[in-house]
Amino acid sequence: MDRYTDLQESLIAGDEAGVKELVAKLLGQGAVPGAIISDGLIAGMAEVGKRFKAGDMFIPEVMLCARVMSAGMTMLEPLLVGMQMPNAGKVVIGTVEGDVHNIGKDLVSMMIRSAGFHVVDLGVQVPCEKFAEAVAQHSPDVLGMSALLTTTMPMMREVIELLEKRDLRDRVKIIVGGAPVTQEFADKIGANGYATDAASAVDKVKELLGI
Amino acid sequence: MLIIGERINASRKQIAQAIAEGNAGFIRNEAKNQTLAGADYIDVNAGTFIGEEAERLKWVMEVVQEATDLPLCIDSPDPGVIKAVLPLAKKTPMINSVTLEPSRLDSILPLAIGHKTKLIGLCQSEDLSANTVEDKLRMAGRLVEKATAAGFLLDDLYIDPLVYPLATDPRSALASLSAIEKIMAEFPGVHTVCGLTNISHGLPLRPLINRTFLVSAIMRGLDAAIMDPTDKSLYGALKTAVVIAGKDDYCMGYIDAYRKGKMQ
Repeated sequence: MDRYTDLQESLIAGDEAGVKELVAKLLGQGAVPGAIISDGLIAGMAEVGKRFKAGDMFIPEVMLCARVMSAGMTMLEPLLVGMQMPNAGKVVIGTVEGDVHNIGKDLVSMMIRSAGFHVVDLGVQVPCEKFAEAVAQHSPDVLGMSALLTTTMPMMREVIELLEKRDLRDRVKIIVGGAPVTQEFADKIGANGYATDAASAVDKVKELLGI
Repeated sequence: MLIIGERINASRKQIAQAIAEGNAGFIRNEAKNQTLAGADYIDVNAGTFIGEEAERLKWVMEVVQEATDLPLCIDSPDPGVIKAVLPLAKKTPMINSVTLEPSRLDSILPLAIGHKTKLIGLCQSEDLSANTVEDKLRMAGRLVEKATAAGFLLDDLYIDPLVYPLATDPRSALASLSAIEKIMAEFPGVHTVCGLTNISHGLPLRPLINRTFLVSAIMRGLDAAIMDPTDKSLYGALKTAVVIAGKDDYCMGYIDAYRKGKMQ
């Protein structure tokens, strides 16, 4: 979309003033808010994610771009009343019981949100019961679990087993991540997917949902 | 400066492979190289072998102790594993690590006291990751309090302020550096230690950040480091920092390291 190239580039450059100016300009030209979000902001963040995965952009820049995108969203969300909010799906995420680590999970939340998903972040030290309740309550498309310790990783298996017991397992795709987590472990516990970093996590979510 | 050689850690692909294959020669080589490079302790970690960590760690310890006379630093978050492998340490080891979480502190502290080991204590509690100087200092205080109340010697306690990546918090280095300085001042006799790779996670040219952080930390009073002593740039930065900090009489540590070709 040529119309949105400048907006994408401003976002990728982390230029908040530029993004705000361009959003205002596009609205003035009659652009549809939902399209500005999808083809401008989300598309821009997708490029950021791509460059991050390639090692050409770094975490602080990704965080800055997400903040800039948020500034753009703040201008556009009120205008969506009555119109379709681009919604790629719903993801529930949390760090498992006994584990306080949040940096990775927060990055993943941010990237998934920036890709147009609705994210429910349960925080850290989330008991198995709370994960199960969240799946029942929110009916997410994907459940994501994070752990940074080899001693807390096993909780991921327990959550999956609890979901099976409650007949909730089939309702949701499960992805896992965190420094000690491996594809092998993910396979062993019956998760649907594993990713090594926040950008790959977005790709994996899209892949699992067939987007 | 006390150097804990970090290379024998199963989170490194080559090490995990060597452990899985029972490649004793590879592990012995790593132990030998770190010893020659100037390590004081050899850290051993088999954490990625879920369900068989104690077994694998025992094997690693046996093999490492065939190749070096240095004491070991037993690295595991699992108190059960630490308890199981402690008896195999030939020389009095260091335990890496405890936190203020009762599940770890209550089971590991008695082991450390019983076996008279050195102990690394992390500034982390059961419900808080310490991000600010104040939090880190408070947790250090609690670690000192718990340890000394149980009869543990301050000289055997190594407090790790827990260094978080700059990429997600640009003030994280300062928080740890200030914490180190305050901890050394407030609890004379205690030691401070940290790993050097967290700080640069997510940024380019990581070795540059790691060695600059090490130098800064030594200037603030850090007296132990978990690092790769075979990395000559990093080792060089350490020796340089020690001499600049005025802690190297006649600059002999620096000159000696130079003569042995240990620095870059």
